[in-house]
Amino acid sequence: MAIKTEEMVLNMGPQHPSTHGVLRLELVLEGEIIQKVTPHIGYLHRCFEKHCEAMTYPQIVPYTDRMDYLAAMGNELGYAVAVEKLLGIELPPRVEYIRVIMAELQRIASHLVAIGTYGADIGAMTPFLFAFRDREVVLNLFEITCGARMLYNYIWPGGLSHDLHPDFVRLTREFCTYFKPKIVEMNNLLSTNRIFIERTANVGILPLETAINYGITGPMLRGSGFKWDLRKDDPYSVYDKFDFDIPVGTGKHGTVGDCWDRYDVRIKEMEESVKIVEQALDQLPEGDVTSAIPKRIKPVVGSVYARVENPRGELGYFIVSTGGTSPFRLKVRGPSFVNLGIMDVLCKNHMVADVIAILGSVDIVLGEVDR
Amino acid sequence: MKEYFQNVWYGLFTVFVGMKVTFKHLFVPSVTIQYPDVNIKLPERERNRLYVNMDDCIGCDQCSRACPVSCISIETVKSIPGEDLGKTSNGKKKALWVTKFDIDIAKCCFCQLCVFPCPTECIYMTDVFEYSEYERNSLVYNFVTLSPAEIAQKKSNFAKLEAEKAAQKAAAAAAPPPVKPAAKTEDKP
Amino acid sequence: MIIYDFLYNLVYSLFQSALVSNIVAMTICAALPLIFVLTFVLWAVLAERKVSAWMQDRVGPNRTGPHGILQTVADLIKLLQKEDIVASENDRPLFNIAPVLVFSGSYVVFAVLPFSFAFIGSNIDLGLIFLVAASGFVVPGILMAGWSSNNKYSLLGAMRSAAQIVSYEIPTLLVLVTIIMITGTTNLRTLSEMQTGYFWNWMIFGGPGLSAAKFLFIPFMFIGFIILYISTLAEVNRTPFDIPEAESELVSGFHTEYSGMKFAMFFLSEYANMFAVSALVSAVFLGGYQSPFGYIGNLIHVTWLVPIEQFFWFAFKGVFFVLVQMWLRWTLPRLRVDQLMALCWKYLIPIAFVNLIIVGLITVL
Repeated sequence: MAIKTEEMVLNMGPQHPSTHGVLRLELVLEGEIIQKVTPHIGYLHRCFEKHCEAMTYPQIVPYTDRMDYLAAMGNELGYAVAVEKLLGIELPPRVEYIRVIMAELQRIASHLVAIGTYGADIGAMTPFLFAFRDREVVLNLFEITCGARMLYNYIWPGGLSHDLHPDFVRLTREFCTYFKPKIVEMNNLLSTNRIFIERTANVGILPLETAINYGITGPMLRGSGFKWDLRKDDPYSVYDKFDFDIPVGTGKHGTVGDCWDRYDVRIKEMEESVKIVEQALDQLPEGDVTSAIPKRIKPVVGSVYARVENPRGELGYFIVSTGGTSPFRLKVRGPSFVNLGIMDVLCKNHMVADVIAILGSVDIVLGEVDR
Repeated sequence: MKEYFQNVWYGLFTVFVGMKVTFKHLFVPSVTIQYPDVNIKLPERERNRLYVNMDDCIGCDQCSRACPVSCISIETVKSIPGEDLGKTSNGKKKALWVTKFDIDIAKCCFCQLCVFPCPTECIYMTDVFEYSEYERNSLVYNFVTLSPAEIAQKKSNFAKLEAEKAAQKAAAAAAPPPVKPAAKTEDKP
Repeated sequence: MIIYDFLYNLVYSLFQSALVSNIVAMTICAALPLIFVLTFVLWAVLAERKVSAWMQDRVGPNRTGPHGILQTVADLIKLLQKEDIVASENDRPLFNIAPVLVFSGSYVVFAVLPFSFAFIGSNIDLGLIFLVAASGFVVPGILMAGWSSNNKYSLLGAMRSAAQIVSYEIPTLLVLVTIIMITGTTNLRTLSEMQTGYFWNWMIFGGPGLSAAKFLFIPFMFIGFIILYISTLAEVNRTPFDIPEAESELVSGFHTEYSGMKFAMFFLSEYANMFAVSALVSAVFLGGYQSPFGYIGNLIHVTWLVPIEQFFWFAFKGVFFVLVQMWLRWTLPRLRVDQLMALCWKYLIPIAFVNLIIVGLITVL
């Protein structure tokens, strides 16, 4: 006679050390096996899209920072690309190159947070601090350029707010030489660690079909083995001038598309970003970065959709303009929001501890999920 | 079977590799800056508390309009003709008395959008970041240099000027219209 | 033991009563390990934080006293003056007894640890078995704590912990049986005495004497040492086996709901347990209180110095293994529950069994 069991509803509530922000995950458990996961979001909703209808185009830039606050340069870049498409202006090449350098440095910083917090969720506290130590160097570079460490207001539609600091190029090159052995150390400490591999390989396997059907982008899609990166497949800015590779998941320690693959894609992307930064520094032209910034941004009537490759996926801005100084409608396609939808599919028949590993590999930022 | 022993060996080996990394880090000097005892030198473009140099402010309201969170509130009053308000540091002649210039630093999002439009560069961000207060109202910074009595005086001056102008206009409207050349009357046949 | 006899005689000469002398001597002897434990915990809490800080390129506590040595005192004062919260839905008797049981389970083990030749809490002939059995006291304590917290997370943590501790006692016992087979005694003091001499007489190098069997034992002793270390690490809920108190998943697991002094009891018992198992490992394999190089007291013919030196060596070895435990904690991620069980049942137990059989064969032949 079977024992009567009941399904337990466990709430990984908004306040939890590992849910990367205020996310509520409602788990239906059978013992330790998950039957269903329902994410509840909205705890960080700040009415960003509605608020944009009341602000002028330059005033929206500080607000775009605050969506995905760990990858702020990417957000600003997406917005700038969208508005410039709407205005139809041509940018000086120096602006484009500096934007690429900033975006790639931001990618490194964002992936460091993702990797560090992923290690901390799994239980290894030390790589978290090492990752943040390296992130400090990147934030110092941003600080000398625009004065802020996290929410920059640097990439404006039409140009940049400041030109590079005179020491920036030298310090960035020093950073690139400093950072390469740190990736090796992180690999030794975390990526090749048997316990880490046991926790993340064959866990949360995302088949490619499912990923494409759900609209997953970014390292999650690349972890499932598909080479899709907007920087190569739909190039914006000057990305077509650089030589870099798109890492994909190969199922080295398990199946293609498991958590280890996504984590490995992030590590390899950091290496590629360092390559791009070095190439951009070599090719950096001279010029004036503020010359193309329009005095008043009053675009023509129309709408535009522009997308960039954020560290978390494809960030898209859809702007509808009716000719005024504020957009009529600004809609943001946040990659974390779309990627979060995959939680139920990934967590089926895994254990509670795996939910943490899977959520860490999805790498969400609640500011972007809720806007 | 072979995989079993491989697992055991691999497990122990990677544990030792990890331990070697942490052991090496035991001897790396710490990277902590002991904050209150050690003063951190901030970069020159650092964006912290705002400061307004009122001698240079011409009251153009550009910073207030650029602010995305509306934390700057400015009120000005026109000066009466004949008053000399002085010049700003880059030679412009001031024409407005600034009677209210409040920045609510609690609302400020430190975006720096107010710094760029200023024609005299009188508003800028300093590197002061230790400015906590006990009362929330103390975070509203008043930058005007005129005393309340002076402000009242300037306002009344302007009000008088306006009143005079309005009186003049009213007098001009009530006065008989200037004599126009007589219209040619048609001779009636 | 020498200290017990000394105290007994002292009190007898004052009060001329066997009963009183017995009671006083026993109480003092029972309190001495407590003093040791408290001093150790005072140091260990700070050491954990400092060692973790140095490994992570940080500084650790350095404001409370020079280099933070008063940190544990500050923690203690803070915990003492906290409000003792017992939620309304909690099962009061269980909630209150749980920390007591957990602490007693960890502390009772100190009765059989050989601190030096002059002092052992209780020289029972079943020392090793008593140690493993008494440390099982923590299991109902943890279960009580998890259940009475009326909190799903705590319950999960407590269940996992119970499964973990019970499973990992088996490899521990298997390795200890191996040692018993070689030495023929379970008395920890006799075990330590057997390893007298220099470090090549320690169990990990095959045991005393110079027979051919000794050299044959060495690889199996090493394997046994590693298995014992890993399984005792799991017994005390340290990373990589700390799922019961997994900080990032279960927010402190079974002791989430405890505050104030009761939490301090859990804290205290964790560190006491750490030392106890480190001491066990060193007593069984690395010679207990024996010095690897001989005694200075013997060299300069001051015989009363020898027990003190032995105590020093005992503390040193225990502390060394505690530091290795801390080192492991800050290096490794956490194992999942089923992987932990798989590690125990599929890897440690078969290897320990094979070890046992081979050592048995060598002993017989």
